[in-house]
Amino acid sequence: MDILITALSQGLLWALLAIGVYITYRILDTPDLSAEGTFPLGGAIAAALMVQGVSPIIATIVAIVGGMSAGFVTGILYTKLKIPPLLSGILTMTGLYSINLRIMGRANISLIGQQTIFDGVESLGVPAQFVPMFVGIICTLIVVGLLHLFFHTEIGYTLRATGDNEQMVRAQGVDTDRMKILGLMVSNGLIAFSGSLIAQDNGFSDISMGVGVIVIGLASVIIGEVLFGSLSIAKRLLCVALGSMVYRMIIALVLNLGMNPIDLKLISAIVLTITLASPMVKKSLDKRNGKRGI
Amino acid sequence: MNKETMIKLLGVLALAVAVVVTSPNFLRSGKSDTLQVGILQLMEHAALDSVREGFIDQLAELGYKEGEQIELTYLNAQADQSNLSVMSQQLVSNESDLIFAIATTAAQAVANETTEIPILTGAVTDLVAANLVESNEVPNTNVSGTSDMTPVDKQLELLVRLAPDTKTLGLIYNSSEVNSEILIDIAEQVAQDLGLETVRMTVTNTNDVAQNLQALVPRVDALYIPNDNTLASAMATVGAIAIENQLPVVTADTGMVSEGGLGTVSVDYYALGRQAGAMAARVFNGEDVAAMPVELANEIELFINEEMAEAIGIVIPNDLEGGE
Repeated sequence: MDILITALSQGLLWALLAIGVYITYRILDTPDLSAEGTFPLGGAIAAALMVQGVSPIIATIVAIVGGMSAGFVTGILYTKLKIPPLLSGILTMTGLYSINLRIMGRANISLIGQQTIFDGVESLGVPAQFVPMFVGIICTLIVVGLLHLFFHTEIGYTLRATGDNEQMVRAQGVDTDRMKILGLMVSNGLIAFSGSLIAQDNGFSDISMGVGVIVIGLASVIIGEVLFGSLSIAKRLLCVALGSMVYRMIIALVLNLGMNPIDLKLISAIVLTITLASPMVKKSLDKRNGKRGI
Repeated sequence: MNKETMIKLLGVLALAVAVVVTSPNFLRSGKSDTLQVGILQLMEHAALDSVREGFIDQLAELGYKEGEQIELTYLNAQADQSNLSVMSQQLVSNESDLIFAIATTAAQAVANETTEIPILTGAVTDLVAANLVESNEVPNTNVSGTSDMTPVDKQLELLVRLAPDTKTLGLIYNSSEVNSEILIDIAEQVAQDLGLETVRMTVTNTNDVAQNLQALVPRVDALYIPNDNTLASAMATVGAIAIENQLPVVTADTGMVSEGGLGTVSVDYYALGRQAGAMAARVFNGEDVAAMPVELANEIELFINEEMAEAIGIVIPNDLEGGE
């Protein structure tokens, strides 16, 4: 049972990353690799501030602002300097490596014994085991709620339309570059948020914690979509969060089955492939059954 | 809710049930007689694997055989830090009697999950800097173990003996590895005491090694490499450049010497694992981890790569011969 709780809590904390990835990858229709730099940036800022005695809530908020600034840089590279989005993200991610090291002063900051958001919640009387899940649920609901409101404002609608049909939006006299920059800022702010929470939950911030996060984010987005298809924007964001939890459960299952550690990555990839391919398989099965019917 | 969504939700539920049912402690009723020992290792790496083997062998010799007196659960995060937290939780919920954590982030992840189960470390350079113990003498936490702090002073003394003309020493390491940085700081201090100038160079992955090293070589007379996982993987590259430029390379790790270094005085990782195994046996006998001092490596060995010495034209002093 503990393992299920850990998997679900981890899934919820990583859900913010997945939602961030969803905003660029699906809503803006722009692949953004900044995540591999902004995720550890969030952890680095939060950890560096917390060991200086800054309250964990303020540290987390500064981490989000830091992530948004990094998103802004990617946005400027992409829209103003006309560097292709993939490259813009890679440039930001590469530059952030040095910046993250500067922020932390070294490659790893331990938070063991530091007061974190999780300790704060625990002192409110939540049982220790459920604290990460509680924090994850609250943060996910707040983020989805705010994004729901945002995407129903005029700017929010324009941002979604920019991803759907940029030409049309520009024809209305809207500066689409601004929309793209805004989207990248929101996305990377969320990714840094996720990074700061994961660092506080893990008990350390490490320069290498961003390696592979884009794969985790994309996998969660796609699992969420495979499971629940197209819905209203808030429900879609919740499905992405659910996708993140399912991803963690799959990993937990693979770990439980006691696979040889060497095969762990391969097995994770195979299980994910099966999940991702399931809509195609289902479609071709339906087709075959349909033909037989005629 | 339509039928298809129902089926999908049931699928997710089934996945959740599968996670619970397959968890190692699902069917175990109460505490069994055998001791549960969890091992969490950050990644596959020759030195880290040796630590684990030494630990298991020593325990077996002291009467704690795997599958008889103790039950081992070995997890390896395959260098993916996002696995460490889930794996630590798994070892904790497994009701482990002791957890052996190999490498710094593995130890930090486990220490973050439990303040009760005794944790012993293998191959963590500086337990104080990693915030795992209050001091090396009296940990005062549920963590103690072995440190692979390298005898940097002895290594640089060896370098000066082998290449007495050295004036400027190059230090190369991966800036994302805390352990490397700690050793480089120490090396800089020791080099100063020996009257050597130092030049630092960092890499971020194995692809950087060739180019960054080429940039460093013209500015230095010799090279020191700490036990850095990235450079350990790229030692073949380092060796080739060293031969080409007749550059003596002293490393912190024996494995690195055989793959392209000139020599080292090094921690024996297998013996270090055995030391940790002996500490584990003491914990099983009721000793309190919080009061057990962190142990440095007892066994230090001299390694010289004679082929390399010949290739770069260095004559090994008679009293240093006999090393491998």
